[in-house]
Amino acid sequence: MGSGHQSAGVVVVTGVSRYLGAHVAERLRADPRVAHVIGLDAAPPPADLAPLLDGVELVHVDLTRLTTVIDHLAAQTVVHLGVITAPDPSAGGRAAMKEQNVIGTMRLLAACQQAPRLRKLVVRSSTAAYGASFRDPAVFTEDAEPLEVPRGGFARDILDIEGYVRGFRRRRTDVTTTVLRLAPLIGSAADTTLTRYFTQPVVPTVLGRDPRLQFIHVDDALDILHRAVVEDHPGTYNVAGAGALTLSQAIRRAGRIAVPVPEQALSAVAATARRFGRQGPAFDQLDLFVHGRVVDTGRLVTEFGVTPRTTAEAFADFLRANRGRAPLARGRVLAAERALLTVRERIRSARGTG
Amino acid sequence: MSGSTAAPAGGDRVTAALAWLRRRLTGEYEVDEFGFDPDLAQRVFLPTLRPLYRHWFRTELIGADRLPARGPALVVANHSGTVALDALMLAVGVHDATGRHLRLLGADFVFRTPVVSELARKAGVTLACHADAERLLRSGQLVGVFPEGVKGVGKLYRDRYRLQRFGRGGFVAAALRTGSPIVPVAIVGAEEIYPRIGDIRPLARLLGIPYFPVTPAFPWLGPLGLIPLPSKWLIEIGEPIDTRERTGDADDPLLVFNLADQVRETIQQALHRLLRQRPDPFGW
Repeated sequence: MGSGHQSAGVVVVTGVSRYLGAHVAERLRADPRVAHVIGLDAAPPPADLAPLLDGVELVHVDLTRLTTVIDHLAAQTVVHLGVITAPDPSAGGRAAMKEQNVIGTMRLLAACQQAPRLRKLVVRSSTAAYGASFRDPAVFTEDAEPLEVPRGGFARDILDIEGYVRGFRRRRTDVTTTVLRLAPLIGSAADTTLTRYFTQPVVPTVLGRDPRLQFIHVDDALDILHRAVVEDHPGTYNVAGAGALTLSQAIRRAGRIAVPVPEQALSAVAATARRFGRQGPAFDQLDLFVHGRVVDTGRLVTEFGVTPRTTAEAFADFLRANRGRAPLARGRVLAAERALLTVRERIRSARGTG
Repeated sequence: MSGSTAAPAGGDRVTAALAWLRRRLTGEYEVDEFGFDPDLAQRVFLPTLRPLYRHWFRTELIGADRLPARGPALVVANHSGTVALDALMLAVGVHDATGRHLRLLGADFVFRTPVVSELARKAGVTLACHADAERLLRSGQLVGVFPEGVKGVGKLYRDRYRLQRFGRGGFVAAALRTGSPIVPVAIVGAEEIYPRIGDIRPLARLLGIPYFPVTPAFPWLGPLGLIPLPSKWLIEIGEPIDTRERTGDADDPLLVFNLADQVRETIQQALHRLLRQRPDPFGW
């Protein structure tokens, strides 16, 4: 253990038909330290991701029906990225998301436990693991525990997933287990609930709240997931860009207009959306927009020896690719400022001459 | 970026104000991981509070040179006044004497309340808990704490200048663990701004606040009752207590408790001394 040069052998990547899974699989396939990459997913990859998976062996299997496949594939490493962050109404909504996240992880870990050749497990978790409460410290370190069970479905799934991983760690002490708690992903190519939020011209916020947000650049997240496979970093790590932006600040940098809405109204909408399985503001987002979430990345920087782009840098990169229909774009504000100053100059010179 | 230089010549106030407004509108300012917005504090919060500090309360700051010019320190003060104006006035005094921002620790109800929580974070306030206090001290900040908490700020007028219990002395443990000096501070004057004589409990429960104050002017005079009485304020910075040699004591509850008690006693004695210096609460 401890050598970064030893072969990671056969690597199984779950959730390979999704953005993160496909990109991680592509990177691993290109890495000479990895003998073979096998991608697991219930669905075939969409057309835009399929080219990435050239040379990756695809196995179509539903994680929730998994039995002994991990051992059959002779996997030495499993990278669990088959975690869904937001319900997709066209694919079963919240019920299917929970099934995939909770039952899928339980099954996968049971299969891992019965795979004697397995040496390493890497699990994608989220900073949502810290929950959301008014009594939380401003900055979470990895040992912080959630004070209340969060309202959000994703956050509760994450707590379940991490619970299963803790159990697995106890039973398979011979397996190097790495849990990566990712902050919300952002970057020029990212397409998530949060990035879609910041590309609307007018964005709802919670009245009287200005939460602190933190992001991780997609490319940095991919790099860290990659390193977790080919290097040895047992433990749990926060993966986020240092620093923070407040929501209002991020909206202003994006040139959008914030519309504050009372929390009760947003809660009612979220509850209705959940009941009818419709897309809408989820409690996960609402909790984030009330409480905010910032984590300490000291352990990541020391142990992995990498410094991801700061939250502000990652957000700036996202903005470069998503200028779009920004009503309060920086150029417009500058133009307004110049126009005001010009008007004043004219008045001054008119007074001077007249 | 040519934004600020492209503006017409003359570094006058209008130009500067417009440039500042543009930076605010486009989000070109920094906040730290606690949400502290130094630009907003410097340009808006402190200038708003300063007239209150200087002209309304005629505050005198005694022993400002005992505040460390750099490095971490835990500033521990008595708490009073029904509304925590004393914390804000102390922050103004400390800033104007040293140029440093006092990072205050607040009760959890501050962060539960909309608007208040937003303003508090921007002003650099964070939750009074070990993790936040130690993180701020480790990064070399000046941290302000009021160990009496709500018990202190919400006490009745007849209990004025009688220090309440200092909790379990958690603040002392944070200072010991980080080797930061403890600076005891006594504040006289805040007790008289809203002399609280009662409480309307059902209203407090309804609003989710610790108490709904009744003073001789509030709620009877409506918004007029919100104007603080113009008492005369004295803030005395005490001699810092060095903790560098005592880092190991942080895990001994009794040693922590004793040190907290020592700080409390120091502040109580300073209060008695200051009160003798200020015989008339509303004098000049």
